[in-house]
Amino acid sequence: MDREAILKKFEPELRNILYILHELQDRNPRHYVAKEDIEACAEYLSVPYSYVHGVTTFYTMFSLAPRGRHIIRLCDSPPCHLMGSTSVLDYLKKKLGIGVGETTADGVFTLETASCLGVCGVAPAIMINDEMYGKLTPERVDGILEERRIGP
Amino acid sequence: MNTVRSHVLISIDAGTIMAGARAVQAELVEEIKRKGLSGEVAVLETGNLGVTGMGVVLVVYPEGLYYANITKEDVPEFVEEQLLKGRLVKRLLLTQAPKRFVIRREKTGLTREQPRIVLKNCGIINPESIEEYIAASGYEGESKALTGMTPDEVINEVKRAGLAGRGGAAFPTGTKWEFGRKAPGQEKFILCNADEGEPGTFKDRLILEGDPHKLIEGMVIAGYAVGATRGFIYIRGEYGLSIGRTERAIADARSFGLLGNSLFDKAFGFDIEVMKGGGAYVCGEETALIESLEGHRGHPRNKPPYPVVAGLWGKPTIVNNVETLANIADIIRNGANWFKQYGTPKCAGTKVYTILGHVATPGLIEAEMGTTLRDIIYEYGGGIADGKAFKGALVGGAAGAFLGPDMLEVKMDFVSLKEYAAALGSGAILVMNEETSMADMLGSVLHFFKHESCGHCVPCRLGTARLVDIFDRVVESGAKADDLDRLLQISGVMKDTSFCPLGQSLHLPVSSCLKYFRDEIAGS
Repeated sequence: MDREAILKKFEPELRNILYILHELQDRNPRHYVAKEDIEACAEYLSVPYSYVHGVTTFYTMFSLAPRGRHIIRLCDSPPCHLMGSTSVLDYLKKKLGIGVGETTADGVFTLETASCLGVCGVAPAIMINDEMYGKLTPERVDGILEERRIGP
Repeated sequence: MNTVRSHVLISIDAGTIMAGARAVQAELVEEIKRKGLSGEVAVLETGNLGVTGMGVVLVVYPEGLYYANITKEDVPEFVEEQLLKGRLVKRLLLTQAPKRFVIRREKTGLTREQPRIVLKNCGIINPESIEEYIAASGYEGESKALTGMTPDEVINEVKRAGLAGRGGAAFPTGTKWEFGRKAPGQEKFILCNADEGEPGTFKDRLILEGDPHKLIEGMVIAGYAVGATRGFIYIRGEYGLSIGRTERAIADARSFGLLGNSLFDKAFGFDIEVMKGGGAYVCGEETALIESLEGHRGHPRNKPPYPVVAGLWGKPTIVNNVETLANIADIIRNGANWFKQYGTPKCAGTKVYTILGHVATPGLIEAEMGTTLRDIIYEYGGGIADGKAFKGALVGGAAGAFLGPDMLEVKMDFVSLKEYAAALGSGAILVMNEETSMADMLGSVLHFFKHESCGHCVPCRLGTARLVDIFDRVVESGAKADDLDRLLQISGVMKDTSFCPLGQSLHLPVSSCLKYFRDEIAGS
């Protein structure tokens, strides 16, 4: 769906800004809110560019920079921490050769940390795009990354 | 009508889906067909069965047998043995079945089982079927309120029941509604806070995934009592399944005439919209939530005015937690006296907990107010995993309190915990065994707060950063004489001067952790 069509789905009211930003980001294959998206959103809602920029950067689910095909969000809040999220994070960094907030050179993976994904029962957990993975071990991480690398 | 001899209820929630529950479900249906059992065994989808972290979980009725960690490959054996021949598949059987009742300890020391309130239907009915909810006495509370009670009678019943807000602040729900009803204004709103972000808490997610109609019914009753015609449910953006099931439930309730204009042929109408959050812990604070809903950054507002007077778009707004609203339908249907038989004289009802960490059976439980921490860990949670010893628990999420071994007998309710300067909070109980490093845990809490501070006020923005600086140095090179006192001092100032509960609440984990584990942290 193009940008205009997404905007038109919603009434031009400020309360729809998160819906619009979610959808604009989702349509972008690099999973980010582009400068043009912010411009279009600001014009549609009749607010300044800086306003939309401010909202976008406030919420952790949005990114202003292009990201990989798959976004790995590792939960690092206390329950996952207790169950060993730090070693999973270290393993992911080593395996992907990137730090938190970075994207692999081939553009496949972006590594991020998140605050509590709400699946603490299966800690430690990560979310890749919309899918959750829990009870992680280095071996399981290997399998998941491979599956994602060759998958869509 | 067809009757079957056996029902298999499979839990389809965010946790089991990631373990492959959909594939197991499809395979079960196919295998049952192949074995010619289609007319005898029914496979039904339901919400969380009370067990988490054990893969795909299902329960076989009428026997009530729990199976966990079932994979697609196990299905032929399971169908052959359990469903065809009636023999147990011991390697997959869950011997320690989760408690589906509220356990009451009598003076004699014996325990008695009572039905649940909030989770009554979770793991029993299909959350995507409004018919099943109605069959389980659903929407009877709404019908009773709208056809036989005045709004003031509804408010009085909730007040008499003594229901207190389950989001953590424990404000009396009936009183809040009364304020809302009396607040001047033509248009009023009911806002359900489902932006569940407190680490270790996912009870609201499991209520939404397991029984969304219960929330909708509670919101309609709230709307009727307060005089509101529109409701909003603000759900975390990460909770895809909750959003989907809630939207479906809203659409079904509309088509059944239980939501929308002129309900039960009355002039009263009420409708609900779902709003998807953007991932910000601070939006769990009610005024930040309202800011976010209006399309702003989720910065908290000054209080007063409180949302009941001037909330969403400046109009009177009742903000209630999911669990609070999920209590309403049964209070109205069964009356305040029925509700008060649960819990303690000062704190009525039950509380839903997520029990996690080093316990044998982590999961979702519902216990009476006033149940001891020991019973919650050892009766409901199956005790400490792998036969290890209990060291401490973090109760109420990251903004909660650390409790040491001498606190096992403390009664878990809003009033009792307050005496120990602790709080029930969101109902997350993170259990730690003897091998846990408390310095590591406290560090994790401090880093969490530093990340989630919204930056709006100085004490919280700078305070969280300084706490992390000092604490990381303590962990790296040992504590200097006044380092730990400095932590208490800074978090104390934050408690007194921060703008919203986020910054104010950090003092609790810091002071409670140092109270029980100071020596360990100083020597780390």
